Amino acid sequence: MTLATRKFDTLILGSGGAGLRASLQLADAEARVAVVSKVFPTRSHTIAAQGGVNAALANVTADNWHWHMYDTVKGSDYLGDQDAIEYMCRAASHLVYELEHYGVPFSRLDNGKIYQRPFGGQSQQFGEGGQATRTCAAADRTGHAILHGLYQQNIRAKTNFFDEYFAIDLISDKDGNVLGALVMEIATGEPLLIEAKTTLIATGGCGQVFRTSTNASINTGDGMAMALRAGVPLQDMEFFQFHPTGIAGKGLLITEGARGEGGYLINKDGERFMERYAPNAKDLASRDVVSRAIATEVREGRGCGPNADHVMLRLDHLGAEIVGKRLPGISETCRTFLNLDPADTPIPVFPTAHYVMGGIPTNRFGEVVVQHGNNSEELVNGLYAIGEAACVSVHGANRLGGNSLLDILVFGRAAANRVTKFLKGHRYHKPLCQDSVDKAMQRLQRWDNKGDGESVESLRSELKLVMEQHCGVFRNEEVMQDGIQKLKAIRDRLPGVQLKDDSKVFNYARIEALELENLVDISMSIMMSAGARKESRGAHSRMDYPNRDDENWMEHSLYYLDGDRHSTKPVRTKPLTVETFPPKERVY
Amino acid sequence: MKFRIYRYNPDTDKAPYMQDVEIKVTSDMMLRDALLEIKKQDESLNFRHSCGEGVCGSDGLNVNGKNKLACTTPITDLKEPVVIRPMPGRPVIRDLVVSMEQFYNQYRAIRPYIIRKDPVPEVEMRQSPEDRDKLDGLYECIMCGCCSTACPSFWWNPDKFLGPHALLQAWRFLADTRDQGRTERLDALEGPYKVFRCHTIMNCVDVCPKNLNPTKAIGHIKALMLKQSI
Repeated sequence: MTLATRKFDTLILGSGGAGLRASLQLADAEARVAVVSKVFPTRSHTIAAQGGVNAALANVTADNWHWHMYDTVKGSDYLGDQDAIEYMCRAASHLVYELEHYGVPFSRLDNGKIYQRPFGGQSQQFGEGGQATRTCAAADRTGHAILHGLYQQNIRAKTNFFDEYFAIDLISDKDGNVLGALVMEIATGEPLLIEAKTTLIATGGCGQVFRTSTNASINTGDGMAMALRAGVPLQDMEFFQFHPTGIAGKGLLITEGARGEGGYLINKDGERFMERYAPNAKDLASRDVVSRAIATEVREGRGCGPNADHVMLRLDHLGAEIVGKRLPGISETCRTFLNLDPADTPIPVFPTAHYVMGGIPTNRFGEVVVQHGNNSEELVNGLYAIGEAACVSVHGANRLGGNSLLDILVFGRAAANRVTKFLKGHRYHKPLCQDSVDKAMQRLQRWDNKGDGESVESLRSELKLVMEQHCGVFRNEEVMQDGIQKLKAIRDRLPGVQLKDDSKVFNYARIEALELENLVDISMSIMMSAGARKESRGAHSRMDYPNRDDENWMEHSLYYLDGDRHSTKPVRTKPLTVETFPPKERVY
Repeated sequence: MKFRIYRYNPDTDKAPYMQDVEIKVTSDMMLRDALLEIKKQDESLNFRHSCGEGVCGSDGLNVNGKNKLACTTPITDLKEPVVIRPMPGRPVIRDLVVSMEQFYNQYRAIRPYIIRKDPVPEVEMRQSPEDRDKLDGLYECIMCGCCSTACPSFWWNPDKFLGPHALLQAWRFLADTRDQGRTERLDALEGPYKVFRCHTIMNCVDVCPKNLNPTKAIGHIKALMLKQSI
């Protein structure tokens, strides 16, 4: 049987905001672009982003990109690369205006400018001038508005879409050049080889490694795992953001914008406990700080409810008009899932797995880089990564709310521009490497033998439970080492997993099996990196090493699949044009 | 709880059939949770789903005769046996999964993007809060397809009648003060089918999981076309 093949200049894996911003730039530059996505583009998880996108438009309070940069570096707990952060913050305003020109329906101020709201970790005057108001919003459906706007623009630009195709593996040659990917059409189960001069991974996050998360079921880290299998390490995977306000027990997201609009958290005594943890910023401290505060309140017995296992988010003092106008999406969620109206009744919340700061290591052009010997970086020829799947790193150890929508726009565009430049110098496809294709085909065919082995579902539930119990908000050596052993045991059982249905047409059980393989490798990268980092920084919080250790750990972690190897590389502390922000104590 | 589920695998089944399933449920479950529970017992059952909170629009299904999103439908609202079928009028790929190709084509046909003729400023185009409010009830559409696949006019003429979803989106751009493509948009909607096959049956309004009102949007379009023609 011959394998169906298509050829493009650029293959983009993933159709969330990052992939669609990149494909738009490339299609408008008249490159031949293919976007492969396992779901129809507007089902991608960017759709669920609520609160907004950060840009120092200064529509409400005085602001500039340099203050935004300071806040992002501080928010990252000084692990972010300052060249990339400067680049992102300087590009922000232009990219938000561009979205507005694309037709994104931002909410408006009375003077007709884009509406902005305060978000956590934002300040004026480098932390000295009080809260900033930097997050540009379309009510609390900003991700929906942006994703639809970008998809609509791609319709205009006539991008080639491969909707409901699942990417199996990258194809590369012996010299490590990436040549495209093997994908599978879900509706028919047939494989398709897409050859491309450049391949962009924009497959988003991996929140499905945890039992309770704000993430959609599609967030299984497929692109990250593909990179791992291609020999690329994953960077800073121990930094997993727990969003302070997931609906307790269910995990549905309640936007930080709820606190930005004036909401606040209370414990069982009705106390605004954030005043104790962050005397200045209070409920608008960074997410890691607020999540730890909530977890601490609950641990120390001040949680709400019959099991004292959550805290309450109050919005009832804001009035029905503000809640209805600015927070209609979460109001609907509360009515549907909790049968309550947040304009009257507080919402039960608890920190919930939300976003991975780590990912495929790239430079600020979105080019994938690997470490070679003594700190020199080399490009993986033809491979790019953007968005949550990548680690640029602009988020370091903790991402600020509103910076992820910005990240996907800025680096989606930057990577596309870099690809365009590359295409000018590389007019022809490199010869295909059959070995690599065969290997990818084997990954697919491994699931063709049905039988009565262990089910995907049972191993997956076990995996998620291990991650929740051994790699949560607070961590320590013993618990994580135990977790690593359990993950290894799960990995050893993977070859025994079998499908009961090996049919071809729209067989999502087969997709879930391929996703499970990805989840196992990603989980290992998270837990191994977390075990290796012997300090507390940003979202990585260890009981046995409660302090940040700049002397030994101002380093990015790298996890390689081969032998579960761990190494590090230095943080890029030098910005492009301004002075470095040196690490200092992080208080809010 | 008892379920009757439409099953069809073109690989193995000569014809579709209804499968009776009974599972244990808890009162806080949404229909999607129940379907996932059923899939745990029988992984060959296929349906689309993703976000679990009614924002991605993947899991539109026909439940007890009415189109709904599985993830925002509490099972306590449903009568037993819960009869679950794919959304009507579309070709079935497998089980509860239908081809949405025609539906997406109609969306592309209305040119769902801002058309600008004048240069754009280097900052945002201004839009008053009142003008922005005109987009509420339009831009929130999640393209789940519940409306168009509940519409008899779309069942009969899915290639000629744009359907409630695409027409809601056509109005979303006509209503946007930043858009400068009004004339060609209205010209493209001319003819007996594209808009005028809407007979205000209002199934679309009845089923929309986001409480949007395509019929009203179609009324606005018709009024504008009339105004334009005189």
